[in-house]
Amino acid sequence: MTLEAYADTIVPGQKRSPEDRAIAGVSTGGGAVQAGALELLEWDATGIHDGLDDLARLVNEHAEVYAGEQGLTLDPSVPPFVALEYPDRVALILRLTKPGHPEKDFWVMLSLFCNMSFDSAAHLHTAQALADGHPGLAAMGLSHPDADGLWRFKDFGYGREFARLHPDTTSSGSPA
Amino acid sequence: MSSTAERTDVLVIGSGFGGAIAAYHLAAGGAKVTVLERGPWLESNDFEHDYKLGSSYTRAFDFVVGNGMSILGGNCVGGGSVVYFAAMPRAPRFVFDRQGSIGRRMWPGAVSRDTLDPWYDRVEESLSIAKQDWKDVSYAGGLWAAACNHSGRTANPLAVAIDNTKCVNCNWMMAGCRFEAKQSLLVNYLPAAIAHGAEIRPLHEVQHISRTSDGDYQVHYNVIHDEDYRLQAGSGVIEAKIVVMAAGAGATPVILQRSEPHLGTMPRAVGRYFSGNGERLNTAIIDEEKAAELFGLDRGDGLAYAANQIGKGPTVASWDKLDGSLPEYSRYSLEQLYFPPGLGTILAQVPDATGASWFGKEKKEILKKWTSWLTIFSMIEDDNEGVFGPPPATGNAHRISQQMLGRGNLTYEPTKNTLGAWDASDAEVKEILEKDGLAKVMPWTNDLVGAYTVHPLSSCRMGDDPHTSALDDRNELRDHPGIFVTDGSAVPGALTVNPAMTIAALAERAIPGIVQAAQAKGIAVTYGAPAPDGSRSGRKKVLPLLPTLTRA
Repeated sequence: MTLEAYADTIVPGQKRSPEDRAIAGVSTGGGAVQAGALELLEWDATGIHDGLDDLARLVNEHAEVYAGEQGLTLDPSVPPFVALEYPDRVALILRLTKPGHPEKDFWVMLSLFCNMSFDSAAHLHTAQALADGHPGLAAMGLSHPDADGLWRFKDFGYGREFARLHPDTTSSGSPA
Repeated sequence: MSSTAERTDVLVIGSGFGGAIAAYHLAAGGAKVTVLERGPWLESNDFEHDYKLGSSYTRAFDFVVGNGMSILGGNCVGGGSVVYFAAMPRAPRFVFDRQGSIGRRMWPGAVSRDTLDPWYDRVEESLSIAKQDWKDVSYAGGLWAAACNHSGRTANPLAVAIDNTKCVNCNWMMAGCRFEAKQSLLVNYLPAAIAHGAEIRPLHEVQHISRTSDGDYQVHYNVIHDEDYRLQAGSGVIEAKIVVMAAGAGATPVILQRSEPHLGTMPRAVGRYFSGNGERLNTAIIDEEKAAELFGLDRGDGLAYAANQIGKGPTVASWDKLDGSLPEYSRYSLEQLYFPPGLGTILAQVPDATGASWFGKEKKEILKKWTSWLTIFSMIEDDNEGVFGPPPATGNAHRISQQMLGRGNLTYEPTKNTLGAWDASDAEVKEILEKDGLAKVMPWTNDLVGAYTVHPLSSCRMGDDPHTSALDDRNELRDHPGIFVTDGSAVPGALTVNPAMTIAALAERAIPGIVQAAQAKGIAVTYGAPAPDGSRSGRKKVLPLLPTLTRA
């Protein structure tokens, strides 16, 4: 639940049910969680799969410290990071990923993979993910490939001259 | 000398521009050439259109996060040429007079635009490089050109190594060209090298080099698992009389650092003076209605632009600031570029963000406008600030993911010169693209993985001064005769344009010296091969230059 909340802070989505606590629900449509962030993070290809429990424990410890600083009372029925409101989750991730933070590398990497689950579905074959309506690729508007799984664009440009060439250009198109 | 080690005449480390060009000429000249390449051997039919980890896409390149700088480089047979965008401009004339951080000319006295032009010609012939026409320009390039023109600037379709009759504008160039339109080394120098007997061994990662008692070299390598690069599948040693290092500017100095206990002291400049070619990216989010209104853009289907996914990398650049009369650090080019999802999207920042700029609610809103993104690539003059720390246990980085992602020991702390140049180029991109409400623009953040380069340079550079250059003016490693460096690490500094053309030209220029060193060690090899396809006009121009490139 903690890692879902982290992923949802990176690319937020809408709650899966009214009772959903991990997803803050600050955005419409699917976010990183619906895009499969946990599936990607838990895949051994990422190299961070072994450390996920530690990352969840650490971010909860940081959330408790943060809450103490801010005078927040956290709901004890969910992990501390999940108990934070969305703006506080954002503030804590900004702190953890700031240059100079001793654990920055870990949190940047975790954020990177959460984002990749949404922007490239790195745990899925791209053509199949698109065919299945992957929320990230669909939201970004990636087009579908041809039947053989390859992209081709017959119309690719405006086909007209838009600007004067730089006067010092060689005949083969380099700076003179 | 061990009697059991394998032997070759010339051992080439890496198969990108520096390695492939050396392998071809030396094999064609009669030497026994062996090429060790750390990445897999992927052919045209292997190149998938797939972002999934473990597809050919992530097997073919390497992303190494350092301290203040991250490097994206090739990792396959063909090296950077397989994952590059085939933009092949020559470096502007002023580049060769740069002083950079050392306060005096950083290039060897023997190298200038005039002396390099015949070698550029050779590369142009070998890779079929041509100036593109406006009809070849992608929607993104057209939009960038229109914006440049609208703000009183010029714009140039780029010189590229692309066969546009085969290009389908799929924009998967960074995953290798499935359609053989891109003139990577897989379709010219490498097959020609193989035809002349060169042997290429993929998934062989060099660990270090040692010296034999008679002055030859032993190259020690690990064999890498073909899918999970974190795993090793064996090791071995090859003896060679000549070693050509071309592992890339992010790896060549690391191998030399690791070799120091075996080879003796390395020149001071090994692993210093790294340059990211001054690179930086800005993401513009185009207002589609404004694009139609201001420039009359129309794709024929009601859309003005919304074409981020369509095209072939960079097609148009602005060169107005490539003016040699301007002071150093104020000259740069601005190039339209395509950057695929997954590799850097997270670094794009929300213009005018009120909260987090690289993640969160507002970031998701600009991701929804991804098709209307226009990416502009700045190449400024940086200060060669990069320094490599102690080498990792193996490879050039501690590998984290099964492919692609690693943590390296490069430290890059940009100076005021570099920061000022980035600021100036960012400001100009903003001025051009925000004029009359066309777009909103923000540069990528450097706070997460540092600055980001796809063109690492200068970590083992050539020059005249032994204190600030690891190589002499013929690419030989100082105090280690018989070891040559021909990749981007030999280029002395940032080029203000895409560097592949200059790396290739310098590699071509280094060959006569390598041939002479090989001959001196008793290898039966001659210089004089034509272009890989047999063309000879380039050779005619360089043969008269040989006396300037060989030792008396």
